[in-house]
Amino acid sequence: MTLEELLLQKRDAIKARWLQAVLESYPPDSRRFFKKQKDQFANPVGHAFSTELENLLQEIIEPSDPERLRASLDRIVRIRAVQEFAPSQGLSFLFLLKPIVREVVTDAGRDEDLQREMEALSTRIDGAVLAALDVYMTCREKLYILRADQMKNQVSALLRRAGLISEVPSWDAASEEGSENHPLNST
Amino acid sequence: MADLPKPEELVQIDHSPSLHKGLLGWMDTPVRIREGIALYAGKPQSLEYVGMPNPREWNPLDEDWKLPENWKEIILDGLRERLDRFRSLKVFMDICVRCGACADKCHFFIGGGDPKNMPVLRAELLRSVYRKEYTTAGKIMGKIAGARELTYDVLKEWWYYFFQCTECRRCSLFCPYGIDTAEVTIIGRELLNLIGLNVDWVAAPVANCYRTGNHLGIQPHAYKDMIDFFCEDLEEVTGIRPNPSMNRKGAEILFITPSGDVFADPGTYTAMGYIILFHYLESLGLDITWSTYASEGGNFGFFTSHEMAKRLNAKMYAEAERLGVKWILGGECGHMWRVIHQYMDTFNGPADHLEVPVSPITGTRFENAASTKMVHITEFTADLIKNNKLKLDKSRNDNLVVTYHDSCNPARGMGLLEEPRYVIKNVCNHFYEMPENTIREQTFCCGSGAGLNAGEDMELRMRGGMPRANAVRHVHEKHGVNMLACVCAIDRAALPPLMEYWVPEVDVTGVHEMVGNALILDGEQKRTTDLRGEPLPGMEEEEDV
Repeated sequence: MTLEELLLQKRDAIKARWLQAVLESYPPDSRRFFKKQKDQFANPVGHAFSTELENLLQEIIEPSDPERLRASLDRIVRIRAVQEFAPSQGLSFLFLLKPIVREVVTDAGRDEDLQREMEALSTRIDGAVLAALDVYMTCREKLYILRADQMKNQVSALLRRAGLISEVPSWDAASEEGSENHPLNST
Repeated sequence: MADLPKPEELVQIDHSPSLHKGLLGWMDTPVRIREGIALYAGKPQSLEYVGMPNPREWNPLDEDWKLPENWKEIILDGLRERLDRFRSLKVFMDICVRCGACADKCHFFIGGGDPKNMPVLRAELLRSVYRKEYTTAGKIMGKIAGARELTYDVLKEWWYYFFQCTECRRCSLFCPYGIDTAEVTIIGRELLNLIGLNVDWVAAPVANCYRTGNHLGIQPHAYKDMIDFFCEDLEEVTGIRPNPSMNRKGAEILFITPSGDVFADPGTYTAMGYIILFHYLESLGLDITWSTYASEGGNFGFFTSHEMAKRLNAKMYAEAERLGVKWILGGECGHMWRVIHQYMDTFNGPADHLEVPVSPITGTRFENAASTKMVHITEFTADLIKNNKLKLDKSRNDNLVVTYHDSCNPARGMGLLEEPRYVIKNVCNHFYEMPENTIREQTFCCGSGAGLNAGEDMELRMRGGMPRANAVRHVHEKHGVNMLACVCAIDRAALPPLMEYWVPEVDVTGVHEMVGNALILDGEQKRTTDLRGEPLPGMEEEEDV
């Protein structure tokens, strides 16, 4: 049996353990809620974890499309990026998969091929961590962009409307080459 | 290079939960005030201007909050006084049985997972001190009875978490005893203000509002300039230049809207919608004036103390009396309506100088506003539509696939559920509801109400708005929804960044922006753009020419 076959066979159990391990990163009250409430609108975080960890697991076992991997990571990391975690804690959920898989492999016996495949899988998880880091940074940068935009929008609208700043006029007609209205042709 | 961690330091990364470490209970989990969550402190000049206590420069991230020496005495005296004054507070302190019905209803808890955002626990922050000071069991048994001393750390925890509540009242909907946790937050903030613990995003608007009449400190001439600016834009779009009146004595109706509508996109397009509507109705007998004095519908005093809410609210009736109007029409706003609906009459009424509002166009008497004399603009417009008074071209909004976010205060605070929907369905062809447990009374907050829509707490806002955004994403994926409509100025400021983070394909609009787009004015030019200056459906090519 290949590692892929083994993991696909045990997929549900692995996913359940992984989800549990991820939820362990929350305090008991939150963990209980994220796990118990099944309504996806009453519990969007728990629902996203449950759905997307499954998709992630599938992509890690049988990689099909990097975009699908990225989309699943995005759903989870976008949440973790605004929760009470240090960046390392926020992304640690991917590493939690390794010991779970390793245990499954160990239980299946000391097959050398399995061990070798395990290393390849481990590398894929590392790859997913790097992809997750990209997503994490995009999310955090977005937060700062939003902050900056908020300040900019507030002030610029007021200044413009109060007539305190003079902006370069638009020159729609001047976009045609050679137009004398175009600033580059004005000299 | 000096800042790079050494390998042995790297391996010490802590992957354990950052909240509630180990088996510590919530009482023993010390508060950690974090950047990205905490708001900036109120500036001394803001506090001084309105006579608030302990004005000084301070920083919540510092150890020393520069409190008066007798801060504890002030807080406890303040609590005692409020327990006597507000029967509701006394009841809310005593009757909670910690059943947990509210626990998982707060958007901050649902999105963030911090247990101190469970409404029951947020209220326990205050309740635990109440038990220690005012109940026999608490005095004798202490922690076993859920009681604890008010310490400096507890105080910091109050400040941190009472400014992580948007007073949206979703939790109170589920409480079998009807405990309104928002009121606990309101009292909590009021107590904190007694020793100068505030946030800049509330204190500055309060001072501005007290001085110039609106949160931004827009002076009368600038306010009028902005309205004129909208009229210029409207002339470009429709070929007709409306001429709204300002501060006009003897008008029948006074119009008051949040100042956000006048300065901040996309609220400005909502303001343009009002102006078009009023222009349209002029020939039908509407006699309405704007005011540069009552130039703010919102009331950040409500996020400070009852007294400050009353002071800032007073200008509405005062201006109505000064101008001699018969009644007041109010714009699309959230907490403004909770104050009007539930507090204004007690604060500053009875407004005997006003009459029960009657629509001059339809003759409808707004009995629901018999006491406050103030009508919500979606009630007014819904009545116009119901009576066939508006000529509307819904197809002008055909590029929009709309869903409606019930703003917390109008929905839960005054039961305004049907009118905005009725208006939306009559001005656009594509409307889809979000899932049942995320709308109407159960609506999820934008995550930025009650003075939290600052920039520095963006992380908090994104986490709190996550349940709302999640429901929007659902209708975006299922029905192609690309526009989120709302009737609240804070929503119009807070939802665009929320959407940009969680569902960037969806934009935000006020309901009356869509009304303005659909409304057919007599003698108008063929419209090629909407109020935002973007091509109308089917006009894209003409725009390109």
